[in-house]
Amino acid sequence: MQKYSAFGLLRHALSHHENWPAAWRSPDPQSNYDVIVVGGGGHGLATAYYLAKNHGIRKVAVLEKGYLGGGNTGRNTTIIRSNYLWDEAAQLYEFALKLWEGLSQELNFNVMFSQRGVFNLGHSLQDMRDIERRVNANRLNGIDGVVLNPAEIKEKIPLLNCSQSSRYPVLGASWQPRGGTARHDAVAWGYARAADALGVDLIQQTEVTGIRVVNGNVTGVETRRGFIGADKVACVTAGNSGVMAGMAGLRLPIESHPLQALVSEPLRPCLDTVVMSNAVHGYISQSDKGDLVIGAGIDRYNGYGQRGSFSVVEHTIQAICELFPAFSRVRMNRQWGGIVDTCPDACPIISKTPVGGLYFNCGWGTGGFKSTPGSGYVFADTVANDDAHPLAKPFSIDRFYSGALIDEHGAAGVAH
Amino acid sequence: MLQIYCPYCREMREEEEFSYSGEAHIKRPDNPEALSDEEWGDYLFFRKNPRGLHCEMWQHTVACRRYFNVVRDTVSYEIHETYPIGSQPSKMTDAALGSTD
Repeated sequence: MQKYSAFGLLRHALSHHENWPAAWRSPDPQSNYDVIVVGGGGHGLATAYYLAKNHGIRKVAVLEKGYLGGGNTGRNTTIIRSNYLWDEAAQLYEFALKLWEGLSQELNFNVMFSQRGVFNLGHSLQDMRDIERRVNANRLNGIDGVVLNPAEIKEKIPLLNCSQSSRYPVLGASWQPRGGTARHDAVAWGYARAADALGVDLIQQTEVTGIRVVNGNVTGVETRRGFIGADKVACVTAGNSGVMAGMAGLRLPIESHPLQALVSEPLRPCLDTVVMSNAVHGYISQSDKGDLVIGAGIDRYNGYGQRGSFSVVEHTIQAICELFPAFSRVRMNRQWGGIVDTCPDACPIISKTPVGGLYFNCGWGTGGFKSTPGSGYVFADTVANDDAHPLAKPFSIDRFYSGALIDEHGAAGVAH
Repeated sequence: MLQIYCPYCREMREEEEFSYSGEAHIKRPDNPEALSDEEWGDYLFFRKNPRGLHCEMWQHTVACRRYFNVVRDTVSYEIHETYPIGSQPSKMTDAALGSTD
């Protein structure tokens, strides 16, 4: 791997930037691997990277049916925060946030992690009670958080409508200054390049069509390019997790839903933070190239179609215009959908399965992007040791039998 | 935007009038006390979530407020059939419908 640096930039400038090497190889699959990671999104690539880096497992393949980062990794609104209510979730997301803070250096790839802060607005007395409770819980867990009043919010977000006569007046907010955004594609590319440098085979355009199980243990996967053997198979396939589980004869407590997002035409800098509201239900930030990045809730029906209904887009825009009347004339540029796998308790599943050597990392719902580094880290540890990482232990699939759910639905609302 | 036919109102209406209520044909166990934790967890949380034909419940929230069932393709979103609660779909294959217990 050629290390990226200012000096390298200068040197390549002399040859008109025409001699940059490919960021990763495109190898043909070998016949056998120690670990096969199914799914070449951020979580899968991070898993492969940490398997190689932290656990010295170099015979690793990432199988991707499309292209790297082409699923939800490239379709989300890139919000990063860790202000979850419950200890288990807060610690997992905070672990991820700490990894984010050193990620560009670690990967030698600028993931454009920008700690511009995240505001969660409250519009009712109950919202404010929940916000105060959550911020207090966060601080007990060592996570930064501040409760702000409308005057303080107005000072930080001048365009926000803080009028007390609006339909859903802003009564306050929680503010996590260390939260922010990152460049989603760069996260996939950075992990891909770093994993490739450690010997991981990144195999694109290779869809897994079956999981071979012999005597209760996984022996490999069937793909469009034939059978590939593996001692362990780690599935990180977001919206299609249920389909993958079905291949091994398992069921998951997951339902797949479309989640839509949209971006506007590029504007001059006007919003230097991330604003989320559960009550009017929308979230918005401005990307470095100037477009407003907007999202909201899932389409309620099950779907795998990577698109949703226009009524959801309409509600999203209504919420944004309620919060930012100044944006009512902004034209939207693109709109798209991803497929999120939602769990009943709005928390992920990072787990072994009844099939030996088969692991699932799924159910991140609408909040997976923010946890990419932490998810990969603890899942790689779980796969390598065949035993849950301490942070992953509460997220075992067994919780749906034991009843030990981590109910972030009430705490995180719907917006993630 | 889905266009959904309500079998009670006998009208094709916009999706906005309806609420989605998840997988259909899930029967509450007759004797919950007798179930193991696994069986109870399966009943509460585990769903078919198929990529393809899906039997699901919708409620006509802003009109008759009654629940009914829909057979819908979860990839194309095409609705094949709507039918009242308590009846079975006519067009579903056994494989797609799966167990209805």
